[in-house]
Amino acid sequence: MTGAREASVARPVPRDPAARAAWDVAATVTDPEVPVLTIEDLGVLRSVSVDDDGGVHVELTPTYSGCPAMDAMRDDVVLALTHAGYDEVDVRMVLSPAWTTDWMSESGKDKLRTYGIQAPSGSAPVRDAGPIRVQLAVKCPRCDSLNTRELARFGSTSCKALYECRDCLEPFDYFKVL
Amino acid sequence: MSGETPDLGGRVGAEPRIETDPHGDVTVDRVALAEEFAGEAAGAGHAASADVAAYALGLGDDALVLAQRLGDWITRAPELEEDVALGNIALDLLGHARSLLHYAGTHDGRSEDDLAYFRDEPEFRNAWLFEQPNGDFAHTIARQLVASTYLVELYRRVEASTDATLAAIAAKASKEVDYHRDHAIQWTLRLAGGTDESRRRMLRAVEQTWPYVDELFRDDEVVARLVDEGIAPRPSSLREPFDAVIDQVFAEADLARPEGRTAFVVDGRGREGKHTEHLGPLLAEMQVLARAHPGASW
Repeated sequence: MTGAREASVARPVPRDPAARAAWDVAATVTDPEVPVLTIEDLGVLRSVSVDDDGGVHVELTPTYSGCPAMDAMRDDVVLALTHAGYDEVDVRMVLSPAWTTDWMSESGKDKLRTYGIQAPSGSAPVRDAGPIRVQLAVKCPRCDSLNTRELARFGSTSCKALYECRDCLEPFDYFKVL
Repeated sequence: MSGETPDLGGRVGAEPRIETDPHGDVTVDRVALAEEFAGEAAGAGHAASADVAAYALGLGDDALVLAQRLGDWITRAPELEEDVALGNIALDLLGHARSLLHYAGTHDGRSEDDLAYFRDEPEFRNAWLFEQPNGDFAHTIARQLVASTYLVELYRRVEASTDATLAAIAAKASKEVDYHRDHAIQWTLRLAGGTDESRRRMLRAVEQTWPYVDELFRDDEVVARLVDEGIAPRPSSLREPFDAVIDQVFAEADLARPEGRTAFVVDGRGREGKHTEHLGPLLAEMQVLARAHPGASW
């Protein structure tokens, strides 16, 4: 990123046709840990441009600082673009602006629920919240009950917490608001 | 961290060697960093200055050493969910450590792995709090409460740093340590208000952790210069907001800060490379593989 950090947009799809074509290829890459979501659905794909020599430049942003899936996503973007005929591809990770679950697409949220993971409920706080928080109800992705409880604040990956439905008695993952 | 190439901000070269299995044996021929990692933000094209590198090293070591400590809880926590929670917190901290050490290394051309695995104890710049043993679960929670409350206040202010790289790292880390703080607060309330035994242990943990709090808020010459340039917040200025949050939590948990004339405060010198006896064994375990097999990767 250069200069002033611009206001974030969820999906900065390029207008330039060449860049758009490359974006569409990169956008097919999925999250290895949540394979129903593409990196475009996640809002992790930040920019794609094609230079005069045909080189493709892609920027991704990590969901969490230590997320090990980022390396896999980066390699998969190179793979997808190489298979699509682009010879020179570079992928860079950018930290700013910081990723937020607000960038997740509505269709991505639907896909998550169908997959059995509840999508983030609500949006990221706009200002610093106090230290003691209330928790919003999280709906069961299977039976839509709001009668659920948090089993663990952390889950199988950085981005999830573990919940249990008290009506259908199934445990489920919840994609945390960030 | 793998012993191989730093993966942060990887840039795959002109001829990526793509095999059929993309995750099997990944080869990255050339690694160039995104501008914000390499210190070229805003087109300045500079590596971290000596002062900024020293500052980033201190913050990076705090995160790295705490990540290593917390990782030790995996398979040993009171319940499976806490194995996962502390492991996840450690992973976030490791992410911060990688970004910060990487940036610190741009000053003299060392990689994050050089800094993590091939420095000896006196070269580490973490504050003493972070190297203290895990103790029982209450000790770890008390240390997490102090560490995450401090880090939330710190990173929120570093987000406004005139150094674009530090600002970007802080903006990312800020949201994560906020969740860590929430975890620590929930457990503080639960242990302090739980059984007689959990309360007894929480009280003891707070008492034994508090002597290490002061060092986090001590100003030094390097930071003073960075404060003047708008790069870093003055550590002593974080004390008041830190205390305000702790007081709010402690009021809820019916705990008190062990302060006043009788309170014991350690003379922590971690930022000068002087450490307690606990850091050495931690580093030995963390570094042994990389030193026994330099350049190993998997």
